[in-house]
Amino acid sequence: MNTETTAPPAEEHASRSTWLRGSAGRNLGLVVALALICVVGVITGGERFADWGNVLTILRLAAVLGVVSIGMTFVITSGGIDLSVGSVLGLATVWATTLATQTMAGNFHWIVIVFTAMAVGTAAGLVNGVIIAYGKVVAFIATLAMMAGARGLAEIISDRQTQRVEVSEFTTFFRADFLGVPVLVWMFVAVAVAGWFLLNRTTFGRRTVAIGGNAEAARLAGIKVKRHTVYIYGLAGLTAGIAAVGMLGRTTAGTSTNGFLLELDAIAAVVVGGTLLAGGRGTIFGTVLGVLIFTALTNVFTMNNMTSSAQLVAKGLIIVVAVLLQQRFANKPSST
Amino acid sequence: MVTEDPPAPLLQMQGIVKTFPGARALDGVDLDVLPGEVHCLLGQNGAGKSTLIKVLAGAHRPTEGTVLMDGEPIDIPHPVAALEHGVATMYQELDVVDGLSVAENVFLGHELATAGFTKRRELVRRTREILARLGHSEISPNREVSSLPAAGKQVVSMARALSHDARVIVMDEPSAVLDSGEVDNLFRVVEELTNQGIAIVYISHRLEEIRRIGDRITVLKDGRTVGRNLEVADTPTDELIRLMTGRDVEFVFPDSPGVPEDAPVLLDVEGLTLDGTFTDVSFQVRSGEIVGLAGLVGSGRSEIIETVYGARRASRGTVTVAGKKLRPGDVPAAVAAGIGLCPEERKSQGLVLDEPVYRNITLSSFAGIARAGWLDEPAEKRAATEQIEALDLRPRGAERAARTLSGGNQQKALLGRWLVHGCEVLLLDEPTRGVDVGARSEIYALIRRLADAGNAVVVISSEIPEVLGLADNVLVVSDGEVVHRCPAKDINEHGVLDLVMEGTIA
Repeated sequence: MNTETTAPPAEEHASRSTWLRGSAGRNLGLVVALALICVVGVITGGERFADWGNVLTILRLAAVLGVVSIGMTFVITSGGIDLSVGSVLGLATVWATTLATQTMAGNFHWIVIVFTAMAVGTAAGLVNGVIIAYGKVVAFIATLAMMAGARGLAEIISDRQTQRVEVSEFTTFFRADFLGVPVLVWMFVAVAVAGWFLLNRTTFGRRTVAIGGNAEAARLAGIKVKRHTVYIYGLAGLTAGIAAVGMLGRTTAGTSTNGFLLELDAIAAVVVGGTLLAGGRGTIFGTVLGVLIFTALTNVFTMNNMTSSAQLVAKGLIIVVAVLLQQRFANKPSST
Repeated sequence: MVTEDPPAPLLQMQGIVKTFPGARALDGVDLDVLPGEVHCLLGQNGAGKSTLIKVLAGAHRPTEGTVLMDGEPIDIPHPVAALEHGVATMYQELDVVDGLSVAENVFLGHELATAGFTKRRELVRRTREILARLGHSEISPNREVSSLPAAGKQVVSMARALSHDARVIVMDEPSAVLDSGEVDNLFRVVEELTNQGIAIVYISHRLEEIRRIGDRITVLKDGRTVGRNLEVADTPTDELIRLMTGRDVEFVFPDSPGVPEDAPVLLDVEGLTLDGTFTDVSFQVRSGEIVGLAGLVGSGRSEIIETVYGARRASRGTVTVAGKKLRPGDVPAAVAAGIGLCPEERKSQGLVLDEPVYRNITLSSFAGIARAGWLDEPAEKRAATEQIEALDLRPRGAERAARTLSGGNQQKALLGRWLVHGCEVLLLDEPTRGVDVGARSEIYALIRRLADAGNAVVVISSEIPEVLGLADNVLVVSDGEVVHRCPAKDINEHGVLDLVMEGTIA
């Protein structure tokens, strides 16, 4: 057998060029976009935008969407979709603020509220996963059903009333800062970092990408595709539960309308971030940038007294343009 | 031979050059096609056949060169223009729409309609006429295409070409999806078409087909015409293979050292049945042995090994690997027990095409490269690179997307997946499909080497000589039953065909 000695440099070269052309190049575009938004913000808002307090406001607002989007990144990378995360978040905020939960939290520890929200989110996600993987229902439909069902359940439990968080230790904790940065933002950072490791450094992440890239090949390679699918939707539910905790921390209000249409923002942030809607390629870093872009944009719009209706139109345009640009880049023939 | 002047060419391609960024796919190709002939286009993968027919079909525009129809230069800027000039192309992946009826498929894109309303009756009548011309009146124009077998879909595809009044029909490996009975049928249709003056450009890897129906041959190599208008009747096979490869022999099958009687049985299949597909299949494969399953497409051979692997749930029977009985329908268990399947459709069933080669190799087993779910990527790349080198997978880059590899190297990556996992039982379904003629011998040698290293190998192939050349023992499968088993050296291609068609060795 003739083993070529030239192999290692060739490989190195390949890896360097794919690095430039691949995720880093895409993320660079997103960073430029984010920078542009900031420039526009500074020009139009001046001091008001560039203020550190305003930056923290943007990040605090980004936290809830961001956490949900990390879970959504896994779902979309695996070739699925989860339309229920917004409703599940609403349900989790309601469940975690019922009289029963709050009494228990008051008697025991405020962490009960956190665990309740996370458990409700995870359970809803696992139900999604089981219906999709074992019931063989298309993800779009299964999570659409959960979207309706969870919202309805939240309304029943709360009787459409706003449930205030009365456990003051909970509120104090989530309103606090740590090293000058709000706890909510730390929560987002923690979830994003964990998500990055999970996607890029674990067998779980590797299998998620493989299933999204070619589910049949993954099955024939011996991957337990169904079980893995259940885990992925469970993970999305878990992030919706964590985001619910963030929402409660920020607003102290458990209501059935929490997270309304959040799933659309999350999907938009993930796809704008560079994760393929068809599956097989996902980027946590891109998702974080996508989330920041959307949140900063909203901030700039609001600062310029744009109505929320006009903001929606602008957002829609931006999604289309971003995806069109991405496809243009993705279709560039790579000289392999 | 003394003859009158040859007829004027119907279609001519002159000095066709097609460059892509960084590659010169065609570098001066000439092709002359006479009316009513079957003109065969031969060449290895990468020789430029696909690019050439895409130029003809209007999918690529040539960088240089001229295409002439009846001696007049024509321009083919897009696929519709090709059809308007009377050139229809049947791609390997049949481009029929499953949910539509036969008639709707035949007139797809040029529906018979008045002001947007389809003329259904006219559509059905015209389709019936065309099907009759093809000698397939038995296919109902109203039938939904999804219910037709591959051969039927091919007829629909040809009918579509005729509906455009095609004068030249390009067929890209039309026999690849057919079994031999269907191939006979295809050839009858081809003859029917050429009798009507239609020219066929026929692409195939199978020399024996070209011998049967071809009139003249053009051979491509590295984007150039290296053999022009060779008469099929006067050109020996050796000559063709030499032109295509610069080599003198087609396939070299490695010798088998023989399987010792006391070699341990690694795979034991007992009474395996999948209701409605195959019945009571039993066989054993020893360490160091290659067992071949010979049979036609549709005989149940692929289903048998997919069931052994657990990708289909057996109705009855057992599969035992190295003494361990497998749970039916459980692929992860089969993999854990040491069975690996290289599936028939490498791209859709085997590889995650956009992922790097090394990740495709390690996909089945993270043992030794992951601890508690955490990947050790350097260890992973080392393990994959070891296989890449041992299998002589080219190009070497582990980071390269699997999509960019040639068929033979994709096959090696799949083999590498099972070797890195330490599988001892390898199930290979069509291991050389889509693999260059030149690269095949290498795959054969590799499979033999794996067997010699103590693995048990099961090989399926549509090409009977391949099964016979490679295997120690052969099972002949017909209609879901094993009809014959014997050492590979005791049977020839003719015998196998007799068995599957007649049920006995003549």
